Amino acid sequence: MSKFKKSGNKGMPAISTASLPDIVFMLLFFFMVTTVMRETTLFVSVVTPKATEIKKMEKKSLVSYIYIGSPVKRMQASYGTSARIQLNDAFAEVGDIQEFIATEREAKDEKEIPYMTTSIKADETVKMGIITDVKQELRKANALKINYSTRKGEY
Amino acid sequence: MASKRRGLPEINAGSMADIAFLLLIFFLVTTTMDIDTGIARKLPPMPEEDQPEDDSQINARNIYVVLINSNNQLLVEGEMMDISQLREGAKKFIDNNGIREDLSENPEKAIISLQNDRGTSYKMYIRVQNELAAAYNELRNKAALSKFGERYNDLNKSDQKEIRKMYPQKISEAEPKNIGGNS
Repeated sequence: MSKFKKSGNKGMPAISTASLPDIVFMLLFFFMVTTVMRETTLFVSVVTPKATEIKKMEKKSLVSYIYIGSPVKRMQASYGTSARIQLNDAFAEVGDIQEFIATEREAKDEKEIPYMTTSIKADETVKMGIITDVKQELRKANALKINYSTRKGEY
Repeated sequence: MASKRRGLPEINAGSMADIAFLLLIFFLVTTTMDIDTGIARKLPPMPEEDQPEDDSQINARNIYVVLINSNNQLLVEGEMMDISQLREGAKKFIDNNGIREDLSENPEKAIISLQNDRGTSYKMYIRVQNELAAAYNELRNKAALSKFGERYNDLNKSDQKEIRKMYPQKISEAEPKNIGGNS
């Protein structure tokens, strides 16, 4: 009997934390790999409308974004509150879109051009007038694949 | 001498976890996990200048006219309609198969014509696009279930193509009235 008796009161043994860095590194690498850094700073506030029949966008590298919305608070003093277009890192006019598409195309491989998509990220409050103008410009630039960016959700 | 050498002292790795945590928290904060989603559409190519307009050959019964005015009201086939009824209306129109005189002859010929005003809100436009897409998706799902016993999205490519051929999504957007023609 005495064979199994504890010889002394040792208390709780300390849990080894030696593998803690490994676990943390694992998480770290996961987030590093999945992180997509924001490429552009948004000057316009965009809350995309909700929709249910949505599809995931494929091939992010082939997507060019057009942001449409009213300027953010700090820009309103100089740019007003009416809806504006943002391409890359600057405000743009409707007439700049064709050039924008052309530069986007130049950066891509020739084979990939037919798969290029233009994503219209517009705020739900903007009027269709500006969207129609943008669409007309895209048609002129022959960038016919478009995608209306939406959130998932019921009305 | 050699017997007294203790080798390199071990580097204390106790703070490694802290450094790793710091980096981890940085990436956690900066990560945006938003997968871009949206409604994909294809714009029609610009009409050729010398091409005469020839949409007269399409039978009027095969066109489902959806108009949205600047007050975000719908006019469907000449009658006011609430957005909640649009999906059912479109489904009835597409899947009519020549039963009713005023609706489409068959799904392949059915065309939905969507026209909006410059004052229409983008939100409403997307809602209408969404309802129309939903009408097609529901019909495709129904056809896929009865034909292959699976939902449309679960089918393989060639079966999907077959279903798509049965219900081609033809949503035509009219040339914008106040731009087209004089530009």
